[in-house]
Amino acid sequence: MKLSEIIKHVQGKVLNPDVLIDYEIIGGCGADLMSDVLAVVKPGAVLLTGLCNVQVVRTAQMADVRAIVFLRGKQPTREMIDLATQENIPLISSRKGMFELCGRLYCAGLHSFETNMNGTHE
Amino acid sequence: MSNTIQEEFGRKGRPITDVDAQEITRIEELSYDLRIFEVMSREVFSLSSKQTMRDVIDLLRIRRISGAPVVDDGELVGVISTEDLMRALTQNDLESPIRKYMAVNVITVKSYEPVVKALETFTRTNIGRLPVTNENDELVGMITKGDITRGVLVAIRKDYKEEEIRRYRVRHLFEDITSDRTSLTLRYKIKPRDFVNGGQASSHIKRAMLRLGATAQLARQCGIAVYEAEMNLIIHTTNGGILRVQIEPHRILMQTTDDGPGIPDVNKALQPGWSTAPQEARSMGFGAGMGLVNIKSCVDKMEIFSGAGKGTRLMMEIHLRPNEKFMASTEGTQKPGI
Repeated sequence: MKLSEIIKHVQGKVLNPDVLIDYEIIGGCGADLMSDVLAVVKPGAVLLTGLCNVQVVRTAQMADVRAIVFLRGKQPTREMIDLATQENIPLISSRKGMFELCGRLYCAGLHSFETNMNGTHE
Repeated sequence: MSNTIQEEFGRKGRPITDVDAQEITRIEELSYDLRIFEVMSREVFSLSSKQTMRDVIDLLRIRRISGAPVVDDGELVGVISTEDLMRALTQNDLESPIRKYMAVNVITVKSYEPVVKALETFTRTNIGRLPVTNENDELVGMITKGDITRGVLVAIRKDYKEEEIRRYRVRHLFEDITSDRTSLTLRYKIKPRDFVNGGQASSHIKRAMLRLGATAQLARQCGIAVYEAEMNLIIHTTNGGILRVQIEPHRILMQTTDDGPGIPDVNKALQPGWSTAPQEARSMGFGAGMGLVNIKSCVDKMEIFSGAGKGTRLMMEIHLRPNEKFMASTEGTQKPGI
């Protein structure tokens, strides 16, 4: 699914359009705990999160997350937007909640990019 | 081009404020950096004002250009272009001298001025080609928008090539240095409770790995491991600590050290979900008791040395698989000069 389609599905607003590239994104991950993201997300995912601080951007950078959707109308700070722009990570803000957005994207054909935890990695 | 003028108008002398700088893209920057003499056409086909409009047709057609400067006795007296030629054609007046149709108020640019000056002149005057003169007002070239485009493209390609060479050099760092054992050490001081800058060191480490030619997968594994370790120093330590990464051709050693408060029961700390992190850490998305578990899954070997009231040393090691090695090992192969 193209990032532009994802933005449409989540009714999102792009906060740093300068780095917006219409990537093909095949998976998503939803989490508020950054350790969970680091533990389960596969490279190249779109991250949906209710957490809104600079560590979300850092986590995305470390875990090769392609784009971040902030839920429930959370507004990232200038520092977060600048950092994300520097790291070429598009930030998207949506007024909808986690359950609804994960559902919408999943129904639209976006795969889960969360690894099942069974004590081992990959 | 004399040296003094190049120095006077040199690239270093351009005053640009920080605010400007943020807005400027590389292409805009180049239009200030590049001088007109660097992109102009030096081969100038000029005519004399006494020649006829028919001569203009011949010159423009043979040289495939759309205009030419008119020079009498070494002095630039006008410019003749296809529009002037069309006027002569509609009058059926090709035998008249150029003087009759040429534009006389010639707008020129100086060879030592930045390219942006020519761009501004193009926009202001709606003229498509400008004669270029030197500091003695002598005609030294012509400049068109096409010349500028070409010049900028060449400069960008040069930039790109320099970047490629830099990348290549870094990537072959280990090959270029001969020793019995080469390693590169990155060392970062991590401050306690510095949540805002947390992850910066890890971010630098990951970037360095990629620059050295690490695979995306390897850089990611290291990045996640050191990021969790860095956050642990920020969350738990009394005085912060040191994050150290030692990159070797066959393995990556990562280590954090601090001077307390120490972990009373290391085995407990290794259990998924066990945490002593304060609310502040949790509000940043950490402190859920998954840090060490995550690290363990990213590295081949992890060891913790600690105890209540003591410092903590966390050692992480990744062995590189053959396709991940930073170089073909020189150990055991010929060592020049030994």
